Amino acid sequence: MNKPKTFKEKFVKLTQNPWFFVGPYAVLFILIIALPVIVAMGLSFTAFNTIQTPEFIGLKNFVDIFTGDAVFLQKAVSNTILFSVIVGPIGYMLAFFLAWMLAQVPHKARIIYAVIIYSPSITASIMMANVWRIVFSGDETGYLNNVLINWFGVDSPIQFLQDADYLFPIMILVSLWSSMGLGFLAMLAGILNIDRSLYEAAAIDGLKNRWQEIFYITIPSIKPQMLFGAVMAIIGTFNSAGLAQALAGGGTPPQYAGWLIVDHANDFGFTRFEMGYASAVTVILLVIVVLFNKIAYQLFGEKD
Amino acid sequence: MARSGITFNPDRFRKDQWKFHTFLITFSIFMGLPIVFIFNHAFKPFTELFAYPPKFFVKNPTIDNFARLITYSSESGIPISRYIFNSVITTAAVIVASVLLSSLAAFALSKLEFKGKHTLNKINQFSLMFVPIAVMIPRFLVLINVGIYNTLFAHIIPLLAMPVGLFLVKQFMDTSVPNELLEAAKIDGAGNWRIYWSIALPLVKPALVTVAILAFQISWASTDGSNYFVDREALRTLPFYMNTVISQQGNIVVTAGIGAAAQLIMFIPNLIIFIIMQNKVMASMAHSGIK
Repeated sequence: MNKPKTFKEKFVKLTQNPWFFVGPYAVLFILIIALPVIVAMGLSFTAFNTIQTPEFIGLKNFVDIFTGDAVFLQKAVSNTILFSVIVGPIGYMLAFFLAWMLAQVPHKARIIYAVIIYSPSITASIMMANVWRIVFSGDETGYLNNVLINWFGVDSPIQFLQDADYLFPIMILVSLWSSMGLGFLAMLAGILNIDRSLYEAAAIDGLKNRWQEIFYITIPSIKPQMLFGAVMAIIGTFNSAGLAQALAGGGTPPQYAGWLIVDHANDFGFTRFEMGYASAVTVILLVIVVLFNKIAYQLFGEKD
Repeated sequence: MARSGITFNPDRFRKDQWKFHTFLITFSIFMGLPIVFIFNHAFKPFTELFAYPPKFFVKNPTIDNFARLITYSSESGIPISRYIFNSVITTAAVIVASVLLSSLAAFALSKLEFKGKHTLNKINQFSLMFVPIAVMIPRFLVLINVGIYNTLFAHIIPLLAMPVGLFLVKQFMDTSVPNELLEAAKIDGAGNWRIYWSIALPLVKPALVTVAILAFQISWASTDGSNYFVDREALRTLPFYMNTVISQQGNIVVTAGIGAAAQLIMFIPNLIIFIIMQNKVMASMAHSGIK
């Protein structure tokens, strides 16, 4: 081959290398995903206040977290697990159920329903918490309290957002409301693309009812989308950090209700600037995320 | 009794669908009610915001809440136009760059042969589960050291590696761009760039649209850049500005009115884009499965 001369020739030569295509993404991936994870792991063994150089202290952060951090042990861990075990699977099953139902109605109606069901997932931001706060407001001008008092004979307004017993369930409800996102769309698209002849063949083979149809045809056919949906559900639950504070009106929520591991990490990182300790909390969180995903892959992944 | 017919994905409305419609309508009302509420609340005048008993629907709609959002800026010294400008510029950059980056990488991971390709695909699939909020602190420590602190890039760079975007384009390419077509182009003398630009990209448009929508959603509402990677007011973006206005009201009722207005500004562009593009999104989600 001749030596390339013009710019165009040089460019064509350059693009014959696959790394021309992968390189830019790979650099950014390393910069904003891989490196932060590695840094978190490294700093988790140090004491670091962002000003002085990090000082190596071995496993002290982890020992402190697991032996002396009452908020972490009693609130953050149990809240995170309870929250993700409720919101994850329920949101996920609801997404599948809704997707399946949407597949049973005609195209035009389906689009309308799908847009309505999907739209809360793009609405969910911290700003939305301000609107929820007025709905659940603790005096009689709160919308829910007003309904309860006038229609259901409740005596006095309930302090929904200042009461730990209510705050956590409200947080779960709000999260579920906004959880019909990408996973839901993936399952819907998956179901709509199942080969119709599968259903016809099954009908001839004597499949009796819709339940059999769901378990013998629908779910096996969209297993890959089910796995994608599960991964999205897990991510979604961890993204609810800060929701409890926002609902309670800023600061630490009453009795640390709805206080998640992510909140704990951000509290130590950005409020107290104990970056080493915060990094250790982050590492624990990443391990939990990976564990949840392992479970999802066990359930829906293709076994080799 | 054997099933009388295939009811799945029907062409038109039939009587036996009534139970689905009943459930879906009920459920849609539950899902849609808060959104209807934001629409009404955003347009309520002061008197109705404070009204007792509280009213769900607005009676005399005004744009007072929006006006308060906009005029507030005169006190902070920086006009709202600056925040809007920052948001529009950075969001546009995030959309273009993430579509380009993920489609380039997806092309190589789907259609080119090279050492390490399998590993890279595994890594990306693994990082689908990545939760950005979990590594906010180390990410902050990394990014303040690469020179983007206090620049507009602070809003752009952290959002660019989107594993789910790369994954969706790659899956779409696997199934929708036939290898025979690429072979034929190669025989005709087309290089990788030509194949990527003229053959692969046009065939994966639905996936590119989906990535663009996701990028828009994330960037348009993101406050991370403004909170953590920038400390000059003139470099902050619209959602941060709106949060500031809301948090400085002090009164929960006023806050909710302005909050609803702000939420609408965040929500409406997203909703319109999704409604227009929903068939492209659905086409690309059909290829989203993880095997």
